[in-house]
Amino acid sequence: MSPRAAWRLESLGFQEVYDYEAGKSDWLAAGLPSEGAMARLPRAGDVARKDVPTCSLEDRLGDVREHAKKDGWEVCVVVNEERIVLGLMRAKELASDPNQTAEQAMRPGPSTFRPHVPIEEMAAFMVEHDLPSSPVTTSEGRLVGVLLREDAEREAHRLHEAMHAHHAEDERGG
Amino acid sequence: MPKGIGRDEVQRLLSEGAQLVEVLPREEFDEEHLPGAINLPLRRLGKEARDRLDPNRPVIVYCWDSA
Repeated sequence: MSPRAAWRLESLGFQEVYDYEAGKSDWLAAGLPSEGAMARLPRAGDVARKDVPTCSLEDRLGDVREHAKKDGWEVCVVVNEERIVLGLMRAKELASDPNQTAEQAMRPGPSTFRPHVPIEEMAAFMVEHDLPSSPVTTSEGRLVGVLLREDAEREAHRLHEAMHAHHAEDERGG
Repeated sequence: MPKGIGRDEVQRLLSEGAQLVEVLPREEFDEEHLPGAINLPLRRLGKEARDRLDPNRPVIVYCWDSA
């Protein structure tokens, strides 16, 4: 649709017209800000914890585990120098042979989610698939943070309660 | 000829004063749009573009994706 709009604007005399081809889906998937009714609802990227520990492929597992546990984490994301997600280590992987490298221990190519997914959708998915945590990345695969199921469920519940209260208030007012 | 651009270029042009136009229907625009965008659905472009856009500044159009 946007290419036709760009051509139409040129035909109307606009001299400098650009087409953002990847569009709104690309913008939102990058976790960039937006406006509108939906923009106020919490998303995966808002709730994801940005302070999740990360490590590189060659890091020794024993060191990674020690670092993660010190801050109370049972998950570590394996990234490259561009923060592109290469693997994930949850409690089970972190508990394996400490002399392994992260590359040997990690789950390669984990499922990731985009920052604009509504938190209610994320909570339902994580419960259904029994996921304790999920990496949230941009469409290029760059780490935004890790969403913990407890956080997703709590936020979804809070949102549900707020909407219920708002609805009840509308009914009283109406 | 309109030029296809990516996200980084969009941000750069916006910082330099470009105008941003979402061409999706009003309902989709109201739900969510890029900061500062105005809504000019494709069918209204011919009637409203000259009234609502500055012809002396760059214009960036977008919809949902490239499909």
